[in-house]
Amino acid sequence: MSAVLATVARGDWALPRVSLRFVPVWRRNFLVWRKLFVERLLTNVVEPLLTIVAFGYGLGSLLPMVEGVTYLQFLATGSIAMSVMYSAKFEALWGAFSRMHVQKTWDAILHTPLSVDDLLLGEIVWAASKATFTAACILSMIWLLGIAREPLSLLVLPAAFFIALVFAAMALIVNAVARSYDLLSNYFTVIVMPLVFLSGVYFPLAQLPDWLRSVAEWLPMTAAVDLVRPLALGRWPMNGARDIVLLCVWGASCYYIALALTRRRLLK
Amino acid sequence: MRAAAATPSFADEALFVQQLRKHYGGAAVVDGLSFSIRRGECYALLGPNGAGKTTTLRCCLGLTQPDGGAIRLVGEPVPGQARRARIRVGVVPQMDSLDPDFTVAENLLVYGRYYGLADRYVAERLPALLEFASLAHKRDARIGELSGGMKRRLTLARALVNDPEFIFMDEPTTGLDPQARHLIWDRLKQLLARGKTILLTTHFMDEAERLADRLAVIDHGRMIAEGAPHALIAAHIEPQVIEIFGDGARDWADSTGRHLAARLEVTGDTVFCYSTDPSTVMQALEAWPALRYLHRPANLEDLFLKLTGREMRAES
Repeated sequence: MSAVLATVARGDWALPRVSLRFVPVWRRNFLVWRKLFVERLLTNVVEPLLTIVAFGYGLGSLLPMVEGVTYLQFLATGSIAMSVMYSAKFEALWGAFSRMHVQKTWDAILHTPLSVDDLLLGEIVWAASKATFTAACILSMIWLLGIAREPLSLLVLPAAFFIALVFAAMALIVNAVARSYDLLSNYFTVIVMPLVFLSGVYFPLAQLPDWLRSVAEWLPMTAAVDLVRPLALGRWPMNGARDIVLLCVWGASCYYIALALTRRRLLK
Repeated sequence: MRAAAATPSFADEALFVQQLRKHYGGAAVVDGLSFSIRRGECYALLGPNGAGKTTTLRCCLGLTQPDGGAIRLVGEPVPGQARRARIRVGVVPQMDSLDPDFTVAENLLVYGRYYGLADRYVAERLPALLEFASLAHKRDARIGELSGGMKRRLTLARALVNDPEFIFMDEPTTGLDPQARHLIWDRLKQLLARGKTILLTTHFMDEAERLADRLAVIDHGRMIAEGAPHALIAAHIEPQVIEIFGDGARDWADSTGRHLAARLEVTGDTVFCYSTDPSTVMQALEAWPALRYLHRPANLEDLFLKLTGREMRAES
């Protein structure tokens, strides 16, 4: 614990200096992604499809209606938020760590006029863009399979972008302190998986014991599901404003911490 | 020693470093280092591993916050205006940082964007850059298909994408075979002929001797000597060296060599005889037919070993 506090204390806590110079970082990652488009498309489509088919059709046929919709609809719409988070996390963990630590891409970028602030912003916006593409894939499947077809569900896309910014920023904190790929995997198992199970993707939060539910209500993943699921089903979110504010607070804090720790790591 | 600092008009200085200090933990890595580089000059930082060369470079680029001192790079104060300075500067880092997912041409194109250069501008410069790096035939090759020398040349071309006036090179030929090194040296000379300023770090003495107008020997973050390579050798080292090896070299050194040489050093089985009058040494060696010897003029390596070697450390 004291090691964690010491790390935090040594960060460079100057306020973020945001500039449009982050765009070339985004374009670099986009170019790599475009080259590997076909393989990536497969992961983006197959994984969520499996979840929907196995759990939604299989398990769902055994279950009653959940919160006024079939379990298939409940799960499929919730899984958009989950996939958005996974997508953003993967990019900001394994992707960013490879670029920073293994390929030394970040070192090369910092030799140009770009700063760490530009670099991180580029990575976060890129991870969010990729996650939005994932959301679009799942949404089209939900439309194609006829699980839900509401015009309002197009708002899922901007929501997905916004949510992914938060989770990418969070993942970059881990990236900033990771020494090897092991920490990234541990983070995924210890932090990300519980976030998903407490978020209401698989079952309504009402099923949780009171104390656990009151914790879950403040978690970003819960707010994300709460925001995306109604939109995908064609309704306005009940607590939309609260969800957005909560995600903004999480996102801004995580971005600031990630930035301070990454500056510390790269500019020592 | 610091003639450059005594006369300079400000505009002539491409890099100015004064009393630079950087500590990690309790240890001083750079300890009051001062030097300045004129426009169009090739300046080399020589020193053993851990002498503070890379840290000095990072400070000059604004990537490491110094604990003290002043830096001015291409007229801009660093770290305050490091971003503005870096727009006009190129860097060839020690470690390979090329983008493995891209082709040779894409690496240059993408790197140009970091400087805010339009794709069309970089595309126009691309043939000349590839030509300079002797990589025109590898335009669409992946990075994994390139040899070590090709990667270095591409890294050099990448550092030139913004047509910089100042180029940092951190051990540009480490790990290259002799042919590849000569090709890099040739390109550096071409850049100097075009009026570029180069700051080079190296631990290859022949590299510094060939390329540098002036050099600084640093150790423990401090400057031990600075000047033109040949002037430095003349100032610190006897002009002639005889290297003696073979069975009994040490015996010869103890019995005879010590009295004949101005200075004598033993490294492993080799005896280095430094002298202003080598003929007496060679005459004495005729009585020892089992020994072989090599007579040569003193070079930078002799200077380096004298300044940073065991002898120097024992004194300090």
